[in-house]
Amino acid sequence: MAEVKLFGVWASPFSRRIEMALKLKGVKYEFIEEDLKKKSPLLLKYNPVHKQIPVLVHNGKPIAESLVILEYIDETWEGPAILPKDPYERAQARFWAKFLDEKCIPAMWKACWSTGDEREKAREEVIEILGILDNEIKGKKFFGGDNIGLVDIAGNLIGYWFGIITELAGLEIVTEDKLPNFRKWINEYNNCSFVKENLPPKDKLIVFLKARFEAFNTSK
Amino acid sequence: MAEELKLFRSWSSPFALRAVHALKIKGLEYETILEDLKNKSDKLLEYNPIYKKVPVLVHNGKPICESLVILEYIDETWKQTPLLPQDPYEKAMARFWAKFGDDKVMQSVWTAFISQGKDQEEAIAQAGGDFRFLEEQLKGKKFFGGETIGYLDLAFGWFANLTGIMEVITGQKLVNAEEFPLLSAWINNFADDPVIKELWPPHYKMVEKFQAMREPYLKKVA
Repeated sequence: MAEVKLFGVWASPFSRRIEMALKLKGVKYEFIEEDLKKKSPLLLKYNPVHKQIPVLVHNGKPIAESLVILEYIDETWEGPAILPKDPYERAQARFWAKFLDEKCIPAMWKACWSTGDEREKAREEVIEILGILDNEIKGKKFFGGDNIGLVDIAGNLIGYWFGIITELAGLEIVTEDKLPNFRKWINEYNNCSFVKENLPPKDKLIVFLKARFEAFNTSK
Repeated sequence: MAEELKLFRSWSSPFALRAVHALKIKGLEYETILEDLKNKSDKLLEYNPIYKKVPVLVHNGKPICESLVILEYIDETWKQTPLLPQDPYEKAMARFWAKFGDDKVMQSVWTAFISQGKDQEEAIAQAGGDFRFLEEQLKGKKFFGGETIGYLDLAFGWFANLTGIMEVITGQKLVNAEEFPLLSAWINNFADDPVIKELWPPHYKMVEKFQAMREPYLKKVA
């Protein structure tokens, strides 16, 4: 019988991506909550290269890197498609997912954790980068079209975590005048019942993130 | 209807070479647009407004950017001589290691290349940590793709091409054949493959280019 395990952290958007995909396909799995300050021997065995979560283990075989895992899930199990069928559309989805991880997320972190003069510059940079996404989502309900797809699943960090973090950091980024279409997607995304079920509770997440901000500020 | 296939590339971009090799393996005809990266064409900027980089593959007027995304597109559009494995797990492994190459190995090789003396020794040892994983992946195989060159081999093409050039320039052995026999063999097997060999940029030009890239990092020794 198929055995599926997921090593993750409740507050991590990266392991939540995988949970969303598994639930979309109706796959039963065992979730192993990791303490990242004290990683389990199993995690280190399954991901010796990066020693990170998420790691999906299917019938004893481990897969790491969230976007790689998402494609694996799509190719292994039946159910709603995560990636489109058409090769060009697939290439676009992969391109945008990569753009999220390589450009949007680092710019976002930079803006949230910067201080002083750096902060305003970082804020402008992330608005500029999100402007590219804003243009891409124009006229569409989700990046995946009518239904959520790879980019929307990968977009959980910028769709949910980002709003909470920027509020805690006292940053205004996703405004109506600068990013109207992206703002619309955030609303659509957060109102999607399936997405909502697969996000950590806001109050718990706020407590968790606040503690991290405080630790960061006191360390300076 | 005739297929229209164009590839925007530069003479030396290792990322563009991935696409060049893939198109050759698939036996596809296409038009090459050679870009001067210091003076990018309007068409390139139109097709890749976000990154403004090569390679860009344009198929029937539709652009695809990012070399690994291009490789998958080529593989999914033209089914002959598959580049990626059929099995989802093997496919995931190929993607994982390609990402490892781009995110980690490139950086550790670059660091070893631009450092000198003791720093360089340490950097080479660090890079060795990465190479150990690759050595493991080659157990029982001639290429990462098995008997023939596949996606992951193309993803590491830059490694096969550059390590030799870097060794010529720095005088330091980056990949120790005793420590990494399979990886060393892979470098030779990949480089000797007729498809690959025929399409590599001129060696002397590459040495020149990388020597110039290393110049700013060289500490003036009194």
